Amino acid sequence: MSLITATHICVRLGGEEVLHDVSLRLDPGEIVTVVGPNGSGKSTLIRALLGIVPVAEGQIARTPGLRLGYVPQKLAIDRTMPMSVRRFLSLPTRVSAAEAAAVLARVGMAGEEATQLTALSGGQLQRVLLARALLNRPQVLLLDEPTQSLDQPGEAGFYRLIEEVRADTGCAVLMVSHDLHVVMAASDRVICLNGHVCCEGTPRVVSSAPEYRALFGLGTQGALALYRHEHDHDHSAGPEHGHDHHHHHAHDHA
Amino acid sequence: MATTTIIITRTIMLDDFLIRAALAGVGLALATGPLGAFVVWRRMAYFGDATAHAAVLGVALALATDLPIAAGTLVVATAMAVTVAGLAARGWAMDTTLGVLAHSALAFGLVGVSYFPAVRTDLSAYLFGDILAVSKTDLALIWAGAAAVVGLLLWRWQALLTSTLSEDLAHASGVNPNRERLVLVLAMALTVAVALKVVGALLIAAMLIIPAAAARGLARSPEGMALGAALIGAIATLAGLQLSLWQDTPAGPSIIVAASAVFALSAALGRMRLA
Repeated sequence: MSLITATHICVRLGGEEVLHDVSLRLDPGEIVTVVGPNGSGKSTLIRALLGIVPVAEGQIARTPGLRLGYVPQKLAIDRTMPMSVRRFLSLPTRVSAAEAAAVLARVGMAGEEATQLTALSGGQLQRVLLARALLNRPQVLLLDEPTQSLDQPGEAGFYRLIEEVRADTGCAVLMVSHDLHVVMAASDRVICLNGHVCCEGTPRVVSSAPEYRALFGLGTQGALALYRHEHDHDHSAGPEHGHDHHHHHAHDHA
Repeated sequence: MATTTIIITRTIMLDDFLIRAALAGVGLALATGPLGAFVVWRRMAYFGDATAHAAVLGVALALATDLPIAAGTLVVATAMAVTVAGLAARGWAMDTTLGVLAHSALAFGLVGVSYFPAVRTDLSAYLFGDILAVSKTDLALIWAGAAAVVGLLLWRWQALLTSTLSEDLAHASGVNPNRERLVLVLAMALTVAVALKVVGALLIAAMLIIPAAAARGLARSPEGMALGAALIGAIATLAGLQLSLWQDTPAGPSIIVAASAVFALSAALGRMRLA
């Protein structure tokens, strides 16, 4: 049973159709990554799933009472606002000192309660944002390009953390990215988006799909090959399912 | 002994114009402190100006329709604040829009007021405040308005902070940022209506921004900054009144002068702490 199911959604922003006929589902415990070039509607998709932007057509179903955790692309904190890590974790719902300490330890930021948000590095801030999202004990984590401001080791570390969190809590993860290899390696399923769903499946299937190659070229092949074998053992049922799904829509519109 | 009794009685009965002025200023500072913090965090300074300038148009409207001045300013300030917030939400270029709206409202207000010769001579009272002429009724209105603003902000505090930090984050936490923006807009209109008598239309924005900016360097939490701004506003009021009495300067501008002095002091302190 899927936690979130989007069926044939279209989203228009300022008269322009940003997402066209997008369908996806998120099952418990899986990590799904949405990749696509800039302007392909990735962030809009996350925002639609969160209910921030309305869908013009189609519908989004969530299991009742679904707890979501959201990590935005970045947080532009105005320097005029004094805000400690501890205070931030208590927005908008106040949490106990013990809860705050535990969740900070979980993301590798133990003891940073008193630090001002403006004093954190990009990677530290993303970890604090993740900590805040985890406080709600989410069944689904939605991350919008969480590593955009991080360097390569920081990025790899952050994705490792996401995988750990998934292993610990069993939450499903839907994340958006424009960078390919590291993200794909950490994913059970990849959805390639460019206004519509171009292709969908395991990282391996997607990276060899012609639609994907048309969007991203062949430049990342080497990097992908490096990671691919690590994940070969699981999720072999993924691609069939994904493609089934995809073709089903094609029929609907024929 | 007898003198002391008289002073105490006059204080309790609010018979002394200076006591009333001090209480009016402190009441206003309690509201402008926390609201001013949001104005600074959300970069709404121009928005505060536009709403405040609209108050002069409100005065003209009140005179034309025989409404109480406070009611006229509240109506027009609310209309202006809601209009500006609506345009901002639709993505208008706010710098220009606010400039047009704020100054048009001010100019129309000044032209409108000029049709009432009795007020014409007393125009500066609306532009720069007339805190030394605050009556008991004014005082009651100021404290009621300030209490409403503080109550509104306290009630929505957590949600306001969240949506100020990030509208998307607020949305994802079940807070509607549009509703919170409306709360601030209403608080702003109320504050303008209350502040007109104290510092006047031209200096309301100063009363919002300067104490909050002065509190920034000394605060480690949003609550600390809001309380600090209220405290600094209150101190500036008392110091400004003292200055006005001593040098025979206009009271409203003197209060802002005192606030600026506190800001300069706080900025110097902040720099010393960094060094």
